[in-house]
Amino acid sequence: MHTPKLNPAHTHPLPSRIVKDDESTLVAAAQAGDVRAFETLVNRYERRIFRLTHNITQNREDAEDAMQEAFLKAFEHLGGFQGTSRFYTWLVRIAVNQALMKLRKRRPGIVSLDEEIETGEATVPRDVEDWGPSPEQRYQQSELADILAHVVGDLDPLFRVVFQLRDIEELSTEETAEVLGLSVPAVKSRLLRARLRLRESLNRYFRRGEPS
Amino acid sequence: MKCKSIVIELADYLDGALDSSLRASIEQHLEKCSDCRLVVDTTKKTIQIFCNSEPAPLPADIRQRLHDALEKRLGGAGT
Ligand SMILES: [Zn+2]
Repeated sequence: MHTPKLNPAHTHPLPSRIVKDDESTLVAAAQAGDVRAFETLVNRYERRIFRLTHNITQNREDAEDAMQEAFLKAFEHLGGFQGTSRFYTWLVRIAVNQALMKLRKRRPGIVSLDEEIETGEATVPRDVEDWGPSPEQRYQQSELADILAHVVGDLDPLFRVVFQLRDIEELSTEETAEVLGLSVPAVKSRLLRARLRLRESLNRYFRRGEPS
Repeated sequence: MKCKSIVIELADYLDGALDSSLRASIEQHLEKCSDCRLVVDTTKKTIQIFCNSEPAPLPADIRQRLHDALEKRLGGAGT
């Protein structure tokens, strides 16, 4: 049995679902002062960035502010963007920082992401049931979006952010570690926890025969 | 190999980040253990479902405010 790579460890030579080939052209144009090129980039990424800031902050107002600030900051610092990483990764990094600031402000004491948390040992899942081939297709798109947002929202922020960056925004483990100021092993253990927890939450919706 | 070890290696296994001998022993276990097979399969699906999910369009009011703010800022740029 061969399992295809879901997330290549190296993200730089593109293959990406998110980033299109013309990205670097647009970025270069924007850096040269082409306001329209920057707007194209905003239009392209605004939904993803809002989902990102919303998943992190779990608050509409904070998510909006964080997204707005992220795009404004990106524009302001565009000249300093080196092109050693993808623009999208760079933008995600800015947005994550803005969102984390909001989260910390609203829930002081709760999140210091780099704090050593007791992750304990991963335990063998108990509720193992077959989901069938395409369980997500049993739901309408908007229903599915609600389910996904709900189960992610239930995760501890420490796990939520790692999962978001790694499995939704296509950052590599190393990039995720760098953005969050965590060690690579810390990212890995949180990612494992997050995936197992989400699997368990989704089991309720996706197990065969009982769509509910 | 025990079920417990499968869980510990699960993330790296799904990311294709294991060396071939570890990978082979995991696959040997999976052939015999249907519980672990289901865990691997449903965890893989979990990741795929999230990874493939398209973000919803921005709520109109939020989008309007974003583009107003950008226009204000970008309008004054480069001139
Ligand atoms: Zn097993």
